[in-house]
Amino acid sequence: MNHTIFYAIGAVLYIVGAPFLGCLMDGAERKLSARMQGRIGPPLLQPWYDFVKLLNKQVVTVDRAQFFILTSYLVLMVMSGAMFFSGNDLLMTFFVLSTTGTFLYFAAIVPSSPYSSMAASRELIQEVCYEPAVLLLSVGFYLATGTFNARAVFSQNTSLVVFLPGFLASYLFAMIIKLRISPFDVSTSHHAHQELVQGVTTEMGARNLALFKLAEWYEMVFLYGVVAVFILNSSLVSVLAAILVDLVIFFCFVLIDNTNARVKWENMLGLSWAVTGLCSGVNLLILMMIR
Amino acid sequence: MGKVKKSPWLLHYDGSSCNGCDIEVLATLTPVYDAERFGVVNTGDPLQADILMITGGINQQNAPVVKQLYDQMPRPKVVVAVGTCACSGGVFRECYNMLGGADSTVPIDIYVPGCAARPESIMDGIMKAVELFQKRSDEHDQYEKEHKGEAGPVDPNINTARDKVKMQEMKGAADA
Ligand code: SF4
Repeated sequence: MNHTIFYAIGAVLYIVGAPFLGCLMDGAERKLSARMQGRIGPPLLQPWYDFVKLLNKQVVTVDRAQFFILTSYLVLMVMSGAMFFSGNDLLMTFFVLSTTGTFLYFAAIVPSSPYSSMAASRELIQEVCYEPAVLLLSVGFYLATGTFNARAVFSQNTSLVVFLPGFLASYLFAMIIKLRISPFDVSTSHHAHQELVQGVTTEMGARNLALFKLAEWYEMVFLYGVVAVFILNSSLVSVLAAILVDLVIFFCFVLIDNTNARVKWENMLGLSWAVTGLCSGVNLLILMMIR
Repeated sequence: MGKVKKSPWLLHYDGSSCNGCDIEVLATLTPVYDAERFGVVNTGDPLQADILMITGGINQQNAPVVKQLYDQMPRPKVVVAVGTCACSGGVFRECYNMLGGADSTVPIDIYVPGCAARPESIMDGIMKAVELFQKRSDEHDQYEKEHKGEAGPVDPNINTARDKVKMQEMKGAADA
């Protein structure tokens, strides 16, 4: 009973707090990027200013369906995050997460603009790249803990990273692709230009782009939350450790973003499957043997 | 509603120029001048842009392109002409194919002179554009507030203050 309330609070905190946290993380990322390049960079709250501006712009609709699809994308993203933080079934959570990717694909393809359509198919390829790692991860959680139930997974005595280092590695790799960090920002880029104008967001303006940004903030908090699960155990110190690990990973991602050029999608596909197969696969085999 | 001036996204179009101003605009966005500290993002997408920055003059070939870019930008929007070429046609003015400066095709709000325009003055132009951007947004909100609950305009595609005023003027002219 006590725990149920605890987890319900987790979900509510996520739904209310994730946009703010995600926005701050987005701002910190831009600021850190700028500092790495020797620039002063935008203020920390820049993503918020952008968001408010986007809501104030005239709505130019390329295709009316896009708003509906993007809203579904956002709702599903919030749902998968809330399911995760409220300690639901992990397998289900990751399945809902995969569905969100498909909605983004539809949102990009309905305006039938050449740039946006091409980016949409690239978004599908991105999904093909990160999906195996994410799905295998739930298998890894199952083998390590004997359940798909997130609550049981969250409250282990030893940190899961001890059993699942390979899964963590391939998950982090998948995260780079999922967050569209350079070199794997083939479908859309956070930075000024892309060879496909703005990738999947080319035909999203004003309100629609704001929705997309909001979903990205939710996504970011969710993905970093999954990393924390590897570190958390029943002791309180692990919470601090998890936050620290998240911060280090955040820094590394910005560094990778700033030091790598975009790769071709073929390379991304090959590389991501190789990493997933090697790290997750070997880890999986070892787990199956010792269990 | 809200401050929009903290997030001006630029769309840069280089017309018929010597590329001098083009390079200066890029310089404005590099670490030395760092326009991003004012929230400026150089986007390539007219649908997401707030400020259209034109360098170089307009000729027969690029006139429709510039016009289309301008039309594709959602309101409120501001147009800045950077460099003598964009302001008046500059050294290319007398060429047989030239129409003139950028204002021969789209309405220009801010003129940034110089051949080439220096990054400092380009920044200054951007800052002026940002103020205008905020002003237009405020005017629109003010209008909406004053005319709340009134019957909307006839054309569902027309929804800014300026368009409504224009519609009324046209109606008045037709009545007279
Ligand atoms: S104003 Fe001067 S530097 Fe700029 S495009 Fe024209 S000729 Fe080149």
